[in-house]
Amino acid sequence: MRVAVVGAGPAGVRAVEQLVRAGLRPLWIDEAPDGGGRIYQRPPAGFAREARALYGLEAPKARALHAALDALKPAADWQPDTLVWDIGADPRELHTLHEGQVAAHGFDAAILCTGAMDRVVPLPGWTLPGVTTLGGAQIALKAQGCAIGRCVALLGSGPLLWLVAYQYMKAGATVAAVLDTTPFATKARALAGLPHDPATLAKGLYYVARLRAAGILVAEGVTPLAIEGDGERGVSALRWRDAKGRERWLDCDAVGLGWGVRPEPQLADLAGVPIRFDAVQHNWVPQRDAMGRTPVRGIYLAGDAAGIGGADVAEMAGACAAQALLADAVLPVDAALTGRLQRRLQRQARFRAALERAFPFPARLAAAMPDETILCRCEAVTAGELRAAAEPEGPHGAAPEVNRAKAFTRIGMGRCQGRVCGMAAAEVLAARLGCDVAEIGRLRGQAPVKPLPLSAAPEREAAA
Amino acid sequence: MTAPVDADVLIIGGGGAGCSAALHLAWRGARVVLLERGLVGSQASGANYGGVRQQGRHPAELPIAKRSHALWRRLPELIGTDCEFVQTGHLKLARNEAEAAELLAYLDVAASHGLQLEFLDGMALRRRFPWLGPAAVAGSFAPEDGSANPRLLSPALARAARQAGATLLEQTAVTDCRHENGRFVVETATRRFRAGRLLNTAGFWGGQVAAWFGEAVPIRHHTPNMMVTEPIPYTIEPNVGVAGGNVYLRQIPRGNVIIGGGYGMGDPVVPMSRPLAQVTLQAMRRAAALVPALAGVSVIRSWSGIDGMMPDKIPVVGPSSTTPGLFHAFGFSGHGFQLSLAIGAILCELALDGRTETPLEELSIRRFLAPQGVPAGGVMA
Amino acid sequence: MRLVRLVDQDRPEIRFTFEGQECAARAGDTLLTAILAGEGSFLRRSEFGDGPRAGFCLMGACQDCRVVVEGRGPVRACVTECLPGLVVRRA
Repeated sequence: MRVAVVGAGPAGVRAVEQLVRAGLRPLWIDEAPDGGGRIYQRPPAGFAREARALYGLEAPKARALHAALDALKPAADWQPDTLVWDIGADPRELHTLHEGQVAAHGFDAAILCTGAMDRVVPLPGWTLPGVTTLGGAQIALKAQGCAIGRCVALLGSGPLLWLVAYQYMKAGATVAAVLDTTPFATKARALAGLPHDPATLAKGLYYVARLRAAGILVAEGVTPLAIEGDGERGVSALRWRDAKGRERWLDCDAVGLGWGVRPEPQLADLAGVPIRFDAVQHNWVPQRDAMGRTPVRGIYLAGDAAGIGGADVAEMAGACAAQALLADAVLPVDAALTGRLQRRLQRQARFRAALERAFPFPARLAAAMPDETILCRCEAVTAGELRAAAEPEGPHGAAPEVNRAKAFTRIGMGRCQGRVCGMAAAEVLAARLGCDVAEIGRLRGQAPVKPLPLSAAPEREAAA
Repeated sequence: MTAPVDADVLIIGGGGAGCSAALHLAWRGARVVLLERGLVGSQASGANYGGVRQQGRHPAELPIAKRSHALWRRLPELIGTDCEFVQTGHLKLARNEAEAAELLAYLDVAASHGLQLEFLDGMALRRRFPWLGPAAVAGSFAPEDGSANPRLLSPALARAARQAGATLLEQTAVTDCRHENGRFVVETATRRFRAGRLLNTAGFWGGQVAAWFGEAVPIRHHTPNMMVTEPIPYTIEPNVGVAGGNVYLRQIPRGNVIIGGGYGMGDPVVPMSRPLAQVTLQAMRRAAALVPALAGVSVIRSWSGIDGMMPDKIPVVGPSSTTPGLFHAFGFSGHGFQLSLAIGAILCELALDGRTETPLEELSIRRFLAPQGVPAGGVMA
Repeated sequence: MRLVRLVDQDRPEIRFTFEGQECAARAGDTLLTAILAGEGSFLRRSEFGDGPRAGFCLMGACQDCRVVVEGRGPVRACVTECLPGLVVRRA
């Protein structure tokens, strides 16, 4: 039986661990050179910081995960620096790209752990040099020991906002301000009386307290207005409105922004897994059950690609998905482990729901972005151009859903395939059409999931 | 069930042909209702390559293509937008002597239909198109041909048709369709429509409609494997194809290069279609062989769509062989996009006047039926 | 945009070429770090006229950080290691 695992973050590592434990030698593919995923991303060789400095309170988990990853590599068919750009159904194959060459790997069952990326809301000026995602700001520090600027503003909402701000402060970067678009009251309501995972809540409060103690401006309920600057000098300031409605101006030379994360379900989509809008997460999420089985035989999902849950959930979900694969293959399973993990996952799900209520995606902010804002940064299409595509008087009539809007405006036709702008574009279109964002569809998945050079196609034609 | 809707003409299928027919009929004041089960232009009409060419067509199609070309040039005047139609020329390449002979032989066919082509040998080719690699040994250039954006045509035609008074119902699947008491009756989940004329422009599914009226034909579904690259500096002006058609490419002024070749896979029942990785790679290789500078360029997405393929690779166009008032235009075998504008005009003439000047005999549905005019395997209705 | 070298920078110096100019970087830098913490303030100009870009997600997803490495072609600067002797230019 040919088994494959795509992704070597927390979910992929624990999935492979279970498969190897059961005596299998899975094909293990990861896009990065040395695995670890995002939360536990490792700097390249030569960096000296220890786990505590890199991962703070998560250091023990990070160390354990890396140890497991390194121990498992020789037990699997480990293929790093490799992109899976398509999944074929008949025959079942993973289509890969490694060092500029393609290959096809047949499989009988695959666990897709392709992770997530930041979820963003464009605002005027966000394409200037100096603007990154919150995750990007964190990677600059964690993996390269750099701050994204001399005076960094951090904007958005969610636990990552405070974590990155705290990490920057601790590393000695100058944090101009931490601006949270979610009002204090929203967070308080959602998190009050939250018994399920007090550790995460406590960490957040701790970070905010330390930031304030350091004299860093931490504001909540803000409305970002624009990032100021020009192409040559990059970012120079952030204009925003505080909770009381006063317009304020913040000097900075870099802005890290983000509002939670969104799954990267492209391979699941290409494998035929139905993708549905999850109103709680405010994300399009592939369909799977509690163990990670999907409606597509032989395809399993785990980790943030299957729905945002964070690193701890990803580890448990990876192990469960592997156990499900083993059960379906009529191989010996560990029912006690599965039972324990399922109970913990259920508890985590309740906490995640509260977290989503505490840091809701700012749909209204997205829907209200000014017409002149570049919405699709790949194709430089503005919010105004998207709104025009919803007008019945336009030359092609009104676009009733996102794929048609994409055809009319080119939004989502760039190299990133709508990863960055997709959610915000949907909010803008839905608001203009007067319907719910769940009703206007999602950008359909198209291979290759990331750009594929023509030179990668093999020289000789395959025999007919 | 609400009261039935009466019209002059019903149209099944909202691709380019159906929407063009709706527009032409509305211009002539006919009451027309078009029924489309998805959004207009969802399948072949929206997913195709976008080639707008007369060169290379079977002679039976050339009169329609010529008529269509005149309409393409007038699009802004007719529907208020050009759907990005550009006449950058169509360059058909030969990669060996046999293919070059093919191109040469077609020069006369083209000339007899008033289509002037220019034959270029290897040296002339590379002088004129320096981006061509050594794979191309000869070429035939059609200066009036070009390309347009297939994703825009059907929606633009539909908007103009609605503005002219036609009723186009999207997300409206036909559940039943019959001829009774001298009228066509077409049912959807919630409504019933009646008219004296019915146009079958249902693409691959046109075969199903034909079968409902006792004239089943051997149609297969066909899913062109398409892809597009990232934007690069604009150098490839003409729409480029090859003898035999196993790869074709065109660059838009924005810089992206659209490449097609081979077939993906699809299931017309769902309907779904998607490209196949190995086919995509094969087309990439062939494209890089034609234009070496494309080697370092990346494909950023691929797609397919469902078209209808006839065994002789030319469509079924013309009156039904069983039912007066029913007119077919389906099975465009991978090259219907350019024809769709004139097909609409022709269907309008057939529906309202009972005849058209454009010759259609070679495209008749009868060519698939037993010699006596009796449908193979069945009796006349 | 100027990346600021903050911590963990005690790594061997390496030299590479960016836009025809020889630059210093540190072993372990990605091309994005090497350029933006060094001589360059942006990575490319948007094809569609809205000006300079310097990447965005830093994790290989947004495709905004493209630069061209001689002998390799276009790469994502944020996930490409800066090696001694690389010759890099704007896309």
